[in-house]
Amino acid sequence: MKPRIEVVAIDALMVRLFDVIAEANMPWMLAATQRLRDGFGAALVDLVPSYTTLMVHYDLTVLTPAQARELINQALTDLQPQAQGSGQCHVLPVWYDLSVGPELTLLSQRSGLAVDEVIRRHSAHEYQVFALGFAPGFAFMGLVDEILATPRLNTPRKRVAAGSVGIAERQTAAYPVVSPGGWNLIGRTPARLFDRERDGYSLMQPGDTVRFESVDHAEFIKLGGDDTPLEAQA
Amino acid sequence: MSCLIIEASTPLCLLQDAGRFGVRHLGVTQGGALDWVSMSWANWLLGNALDAPVVEITLGGFTVQAEDYCLLALAGADLGAYIDERAISPGRSFILQKGQRLRFTQPFSGARAYLAAPQGFDAPDVLGSCATVVREELGGVDGFGKALAEGGRLTYSGTGGAMKTLSDSALPAKAPLDVIVGAQIGQFSGQSLFDAFNTDWALDSRADRMGMRLLGTPLEYLGPSLISEGIPLGAIQVPPDGQPIVLLNDRQTIGGYPRLGALTPLALARLAQYLPGESVRLKPVVQETAHRQHVEYLQRFR
Repeated sequence: MKPRIEVVAIDALMVRLFDVIAEANMPWMLAATQRLRDGFGAALVDLVPSYTTLMVHYDLTVLTPAQARELINQALTDLQPQAQGSGQCHVLPVWYDLSVGPELTLLSQRSGLAVDEVIRRHSAHEYQVFALGFAPGFAFMGLVDEILATPRLNTPRKRVAAGSVGIAERQTAAYPVVSPGGWNLIGRTPARLFDRERDGYSLMQPGDTVRFESVDHAEFIKLGGDDTPLEAQA
Repeated sequence: MSCLIIEASTPLCLLQDAGRFGVRHLGVTQGGALDWVSMSWANWLLGNALDAPVVEITLGGFTVQAEDYCLLALAGADLGAYIDERAISPGRSFILQKGQRLRFTQPFSGARAYLAAPQGFDAPDVLGSCATVVREELGGVDGFGKALAEGGRLTYSGTGGAMKTLSDSALPAKAPLDVIVGAQIGQFSGQSLFDAFNTDWALDSRADRMGMRLLGTPLEYLGPSLISEGIPLGAIQVPPDGQPIVLLNDRQTIGGYPRLGALTPLALARLAQYLPGESVRLKPVVQETAHRQHVEYLQRFR
């Protein structure tokens, strides 16, 4: 693997490791992240991972562009993939129900699967957290079973409830806070996805893995879930 | 402790500092003063750290009354500021006596003014910064991302500072905005590359702290669709309609539109002072040159 380094700003370089989204990228991405964090040390301002890239934002009062490039080259020399299971594995309880996940119907129709089977398939896989973005704590996870892949809604909702679990193409995610959104909603989790008082702030970090666990209404409420139907919240 | 009572404000009047760093991998945006140069000068006038918390006042509509004797400083846009009935121009520190009002009326030159207090206004540290990001409910005086509002209070605990004036308080002359060429620039059509750097771009009224849209000859991207990746400050992204958007401090952390490169921080500070309808030109610059110019500029704050 030969990463490419591209100029993207006065104090940022893009490290391009892959060309396609794949779960197999993650051990390499994690290893590169660790090496870059160690290599840049205090000169690192931010390191933004996404599916196939790592954006290195460094302190331009400390490093010249040439020095930053050299640090990246050094850090990635003889890179080895990180051992599996180095990220945390989270189990997110989800109440899959039409009142909070209206697109269960759409997914069932598109796939030709019964709603229960849609739920089973969504909760059967252990997903990789590829990146966080869109909002604090919003984790882009994949890859969703191909038969469930569904494009985003043509018209995004103005208001999606916190905890809403959705699917877009072959990705799945949960909304940390109320926000506009165009993902196909299939359920809701009571998990607190972003908490400013918690160490690390975000429940999920890039490189973690996530499994969704179907819970019934009583369990959802017991775990602190808000069962207000989507429409009633508009 | 000294205190200012806010008598008038708008959703565009926000407590800011240099921004929030080290948490972008969690989807947390950068935030911070759009015109970091003027923020730095406002703080410099009081001998503060250059990134001490300041008030960013966009377009005007902001009034405070001093509850005590206050030493403050103002830099950036001329938003028609008055101390009671006396006009005050930016680029100086000044005194508000107890009971006096500081009032910002309307933009005469530039768009954003920065008000500083000795050692910065008080605000809770939220993920390493007090930068107000309304959308993320982070920062500000309350810590939960609220804009400054009528009835609110701005306090500071610092003392000292001197009466100082900037020798040249005028905003920089309008010149082309430097763009560090990079990202997907090689995959735009030749005509588009010519147009990008040789035609006028009008600033759309669809502009906020996330981004400013530029209107002009549509740019044509010929490359494949992209997988989302990190977006640096100042990135010029080109959505399918061909009208570029300069991404600013409150942008989303990752995105999948092709980019021409990114404005330099000095160009961003200037852009922050433009009003909708004004036109700008873009000028390509390489990273090394821009870096040298930037480091050189920072010497001025010594």
